[in-house]
Amino acid sequence: MLCNICKQNEATVHLTQIVGDKMQKVDLCEACSKEKGVSDPSTFSLADLLLGLGSAQELEQAGGGAEIKCPQCGFTQADFKKNGRFGCAECYHAFAEGLDSMLKSMHKGVVHKGKVPKAIAQTRDVAEKLKKMQKDLDKAIAEEDFERAALLRDEIKETKKRLEQLETV
Amino acid sequence: MSSDSIHQFLIPLSEASLRKGPNDKIVMSSRVRLARNVRGLAFPGWAKKNERVKALETIQPAVESLPQMKKSYAASMDQLSALDKQILMERHLISREHAAKNAGSGIVVNKEESVCVMINEEDHLRMQALRPGFQIKEAWEDIDRLDSTLETKLEYAFSPKLGYLTACPTNLGTGIRVSAMLHLPGLVLADQINQIIQAVSKLGLAVRGLHGEGTSADGNVFQVSNQMTLGQSEPEIVERLTKVLFQIIEHEENARTKLMEDKPKVVLNQIGRAYGAMSNAHSISSKETMNLLSLMHLGVDLQLFPNLQRPLVDELFIMTQPGHLQSTVTEKLGTEERDVLRADILRERLSKVERPITPPTPPSTGEKVD
Ligand SMILES: [Zn+2]
Ligand SMILES: [Zn+2]
Repeated sequence: MLCNICKQNEATVHLTQIVGDKMQKVDLCEACSKEKGVSDPSTFSLADLLLGLGSAQELEQAGGGAEIKCPQCGFTQADFKKNGRFGCAECYHAFAEGLDSMLKSMHKGVVHKGKVPKAIAQTRDVAEKLKKMQKDLDKAIAEEDFERAALLRDEIKETKKRLEQLETV
Repeated sequence: MSSDSIHQFLIPLSEASLRKGPNDKIVMSSRVRLARNVRGLAFPGWAKKNERVKALETIQPAVESLPQMKKSYAASMDQLSALDKQILMERHLISREHAAKNAGSGIVVNKEESVCVMINEEDHLRMQALRPGFQIKEAWEDIDRLDSTLETKLEYAFSPKLGYLTACPTNLGTGIRVSAMLHLPGLVLADQINQIIQAVSKLGLAVRGLHGEGTSADGNVFQVSNQMTLGQSEPEIVERLTKVLFQIIEHEENARTKLMEDKPKVVLNQIGRAYGAMSNAHSISSKETMNLLSLMHLGVDLQLFPNLQRPLVDELFIMTQPGHLQSTVTEKLGTEERDVLRADILRERLSKVERPITPPTPPSTGEKVD
């Protein structure tokens, strides 16, 4: 069996891992496994390795063959294929197409369910509150409850101000 | 604190090895790492050198200003010698990748060596909390608190849909890696370790040897960690790993009990020989030392040594690694000289350790000793 990376040496290191619902297998030679840090458990991840071997193709095909370049940092699909890493946070927007299927192959889901920075959580909460108040206002106007509408208008004005403050921080 | 004092700064091993934690017979240490990036800056692997240097100049003071890092050691990676880096790696404070970094990357370690922040590793921030024994939930709480303070000082790259944006999509979302270092000589001796590794990887978790895979893991030390970071919350990930770890602990305990019931002579033979070899060797490799110390560790757990305690075994485990050995002498050592020095230290440190007892065993069952 030949090494998956260099395709020259005999593979002596065999790795199997379940990522998502897929079983993935990689066979490497001694030299490539060392180079990829397979011997260092604190950093090695099979998914990382696989990125360089196939997952990146999904990003490539997503562009329909046309080259996509991150407007922020100049990173291209070819760079991703080579490194298995993005160039900057903006790359996640630039390469959004094809990203989901790649993420599905390595994660439990494709939507973040964890911690949110407090400032962002606050902004999000205020923005949601504002949306709800707008709806209430529409309803009040439709019901010709002008007293309530006037009250809501004031509150909306206040909340908008707060949101602006939060967003400029 | 200036960078030339790393030797004075690090906790002496004799002291570090006294640290205790729950279930530390089997779980050597727990660690939680978070990956974070600063908004608007290119990731370290893609940034130009001057951008990395500038990023470090912004990030390092922010980290140093954290209350948790009040008494900390901070350095740029180019201020550290190759030996310093090797020592930090042997203490599991920095990764192999980070040890290879130079100007534009840095570290901040707190006095207790319980928090270590790598700056400009693969991400702008790789911050980790370490605790002795089985304390992954506590380690998560430590690093969560630190992260919540740091987010008020640095604006993170974050997307409501994808979470914390990381250089590698495998860390996306929570950016969390929860791991525990396990000592599993029972499962290795009972030849069950590969089954465990397979079962655990089916759960989407990774098991790896400290240096090497499967049964050839040095010192019977294995690291179990989560692989997936997106689509689950941090407490969910911690909880899941906790459950699996409890199961592995149980399997290891059962394997030990069963070995002592079914094949006591095999176990006693291995431990006795480990003691004999280490107390009398005049040259010994790092790999052999780790494997023999693992057996001594097992012997202590099984209460076979009248006057040997865990801290000495733990101390020797780190002390006999190449970097730590080199740091005890001024001249540069070659591999053979290191093997001799290692054996000298082991003979000296084990000279007062009494040999393991032979517990009364039931009448011979015709067990084959190999
Ligand atoms: Zn190869
Ligand atoms: Zn970019």
